[in-house]
Amino acid sequence: MSTLALEVTALNKAFGGLKVTQGVSLSVRPGERRLIIGPNGAGKTTLFNQISGDLRPNSGRIRLFGEDVTALSPYQRAHRGLSRTYQIITLFGGDTLEHNVTLGLLGLLPSRWQMWRPLSTYRHLVTEARRTLDSVGLLHLAHHSVSELAYGEKRRLELAMALAQKPRVLLLDEPLAGLSNSERATVKALVASISKDTTVVMIEHDMDTALDLAETVTLLNYGRVIVDGERDQVIADERTREVYLGG
Amino acid sequence: MKWIALALFAAVALLLPFVAGDFYVNLASQIFIAAIFALSLNLLVGFGGMTSLGHASYLGVAAYLSALMTTRYGFGHGAAALISILGTVAMAAFFGLIALRATGLGFLMITLALSQVLWGLAYRMSGITNGDNGIAGLTRPAPFGISLESPAAFYWFSLLAAIIAFVMMTIFVSSAFGSSLKGVRDQPRRMAALGFNPWMIRWITFVYAGFWGGIAGLLYVYYNKYIHPTSLSTTSSAEALLGVIAGGSGTLAGPAVGATLVLLLKNYASAYVERWNMLLGLVFLFIVLVMPTGIVPGLQKLASRLWRRPS
Repeated sequence: MSTLALEVTALNKAFGGLKVTQGVSLSVRPGERRLIIGPNGAGKTTLFNQISGDLRPNSGRIRLFGEDVTALSPYQRAHRGLSRTYQIITLFGGDTLEHNVTLGLLGLLPSRWQMWRPLSTYRHLVTEARRTLDSVGLLHLAHHSVSELAYGEKRRLELAMALAQKPRVLLLDEPLAGLSNSERATVKALVASISKDTTVVMIEHDMDTALDLAETVTLLNYGRVIVDGERDQVIADERTREVYLGG
Repeated sequence: MKWIALALFAAVALLLPFVAGDFYVNLASQIFIAAIFALSLNLLVGFGGMTSLGHASYLGVAAYLSALMTTRYGFGHGAAALISILGTVAMAAFFGLIALRATGLGFLMITLALSQVLWGLAYRMSGITNGDNGIAGLTRPAPFGISLESPAAFYWFSLLAAIIAFVMMTIFVSSAFGSSLKGVRDQPRRMAALGFNPWMIRWITFVYAGFWGGIAGLLYVYYNKYIHPTSLSTTSSAEALLGVIAGGSGTLAGPAVGATLVLLLKNYASAYVERWNMLLGLVFLFIVLVMPTGIVPGLQKLASRLWRRPS
């Protein structure tokens, strides 16, 4: 058996008396497309925050390609190939799209400590950033500031920043949230086109679209894994209908 | 607009010592020192989002170290300057470790508390610092044998220092590191997810700001040839912060403009109005109401509006 891309073992997290993650275990193979579903408050984003390091679990282990990263900071996990997008968009509003993606690229390079040369003079980074912007169809807006973008375009930029880093494991937190139907189709095609070198774990509410993208599905409810397995198997499961699909 | 302002500054700066009296030349030297100090604070407040109310610590400690080294311990000015700056940077490195455990209001309170400790020490350790009497009878250095005793000589010296400081800090905030500093100010969580270490970025900036605060302190003590605990006081920190905010925090020229305003009010208006603090308050109120982002961004906005109108 090859090493798992992401392995979560017996993860627990409580905010005071509220147990938001209860004994969650996940095993995601390299290149897998995993969808995490569950009703509001099921603990999906909290689970993501623990995987990315924004939150520390009370107990349990998180491994990236076999390496225990439970005690590492978010930036250290980023250097080990983990990348994520946020549910609430956190882009740099006053800056251009090009600057946003270039900054994303800089994060993994030693040049980020460099104190005399402006970021815009790193031609190869800018070229790379523009290529990524092109891949999400935003190249024509490269020199516009983020605050001028429509919501759907911000979502795509969010994705571009994560993809630019060529992550080994990519966490997508509701990439389709708040999008119109046509934008959904665009973003869906984008996610579908992500290279198999990247393992994708995605939280999404829009089942119609997201199920097409997923190979495996994990259903969470009240912080517990209810069903976990191949997509069709999970959809067909009695408990999935009960919890999520409303019978 | 930017070039007009620069040309205007260059013209005034080059002509001033030849046309103005000693009072104004000295005032200008003080402005340069205050500008360096405000610019260094702006690295924290404007570019790092770390509002500090203890920046006088670096000015005061560098000034005290230089004064003590040259009078009490008999060092020459060169060695004393080196020790002062190294000591101030080391202190900034240590203070950064403490203050950066918090952000926002917590950070502000810790910087305030640390500077109050130093202020108290300067008063109480009178065996070393001479307490409330301060340390008097200091001399100015004579770099390369050029005496800085005359107002004009000191003017050129501090102008040169201010230009170097401005250029160095501008390069710093414009660099790749500067971009990540602004990123950490706006979205620390996102920056961490992208692979940046927010704490380290803040700490390095904190130390660098301490370094330039120390440079301002050296110039301060050279200019005044005297040092007193008030230079370490919260008032001293708050005046600089007021200058940064009034001029426009997070802009390159704003803090220098703000520091000039504060100093002009303090030195010039106090001759006519006894309660100059009240006048400063009114001016500040006016700025906050009319140009909430500061004088420099406010004027830029005004200029771009006037520019567009004729067409």
